[in-house]
Amino acid sequence: MRCRICGAPAAINMRQHKLALCRAHFVDWIPEQTERAIDHYKMADRGEKLLVAVSGGKDSLALWDVLHRLGYAADGVYIDLGIDEGIGYSGKSRALCESFAAARGLNLQVVSVPAVYGASIPDVAKKSMRGRRKPCSVCGLVKRHIMNRICREQGYAALATGHNLDDEAAVLLHNAMTWSGGYLVRQAPVLAATRPGLARKIKPFCRIYERETAAYALMQKIEYIYEECPYSEGSSTLYYKEILNRMEEDRPGAKLQFYLAFLQAKDQGLFAPGASGESDLHECAQCGQPTSAPGKCAFCRLWENATPPGLRPPSP
Amino acid sequence: MLRMDAQPLTTTLIHRGKRIEVRSGSTLRDAIRKAGFSPEAVLAAKDGELITDDRILLPGDEILLVAVISGG
Repeated sequence: MRCRICGAPAAINMRQHKLALCRAHFVDWIPEQTERAIDHYKMADRGEKLLVAVSGGKDSLALWDVLHRLGYAADGVYIDLGIDEGIGYSGKSRALCESFAAARGLNLQVVSVPAVYGASIPDVAKKSMRGRRKPCSVCGLVKRHIMNRICREQGYAALATGHNLDDEAAVLLHNAMTWSGGYLVRQAPVLAATRPGLARKIKPFCRIYERETAAYALMQKIEYIYEECPYSEGSSTLYYKEILNRMEEDRPGAKLQFYLAFLQAKDQGLFAPGASGESDLHECAQCGQPTSAPGKCAFCRLWENATPPGLRPPSP
Repeated sequence: MLRMDAQPLTTTLIHRGKRIEVRSGSTLRDAIRKAGFSPEAVLAAKDGELITDDRILLPGDEILLVAVISGG
């Protein structure tokens, strides 16, 4: 197979686009596609200050690389979750983020959950109803809270995450299986800052397949953590991704069509106005971040219940 | 008569450190499927360079399969 542009041996074939490209053309194609998505969904303006949530994985580091190449003022934030599980997972991923930033002269902020809040994610999860069986839900809650706080306090216009098309399609399938209207209506390439205190969230890779973000990271020689998070084994996301990939094998473009047709249907009024429940948001009595819970937000309640008196986290 | 210098008739796929022998002569895509993986969920590299899965496998080839799906 040959590169459609130059005729050199192709390094990747994107069946959904009927497009094969060599390395040189592919590493330029990804930023072009990313910029098209940013413009199409009005994610960010060129002069805006962006914060990229990096995990040490291929998607987030590739996104930071692409935004940097496109000329966006993009800083990074890494949240050290204190996950070890015998493989030093957080330590390895943190080191990869730090070396990535150092090599490019980029600004990376590191927030250590154990150091700042007094317990690792696995430890705090064990003490909560939400995370007793698996810490993933607690992990998501903590990350969202910290990232939103940093955006708000430091004046970032938007938080950029490395969610790719496979992530989005898997979440969509999961939520469609249970007709979770509140989640479905909020799934979008851009989550607007609908109220003060809530950062805009953008997903510039939302139309790019996971296979392509991985290829980009490999071709750009970005060192990323190859091991899975020890807690992701058996996750519903992996399950739905596998199902979607089986469909994709038979029908190239199935995943992309599923996601784009959903966005189109949503634009055309698939959901009734107000289905998101966002109008019920108010400020948390402790930290001031938006919450739908009465009184304190889930983040503040998590630490209150899980941390012994005297080890309470500092008020955010 | 047994030829001692005969080339192996297999290609080796390497996935997460595990070596899997497959018959040469088929396309990489078919070999990936026969080895139990989804061609949508892996990238293939030979001699450090990514290759497309229409490649016909030659005896003695070693192909690294990089898993691309993460579940976080």
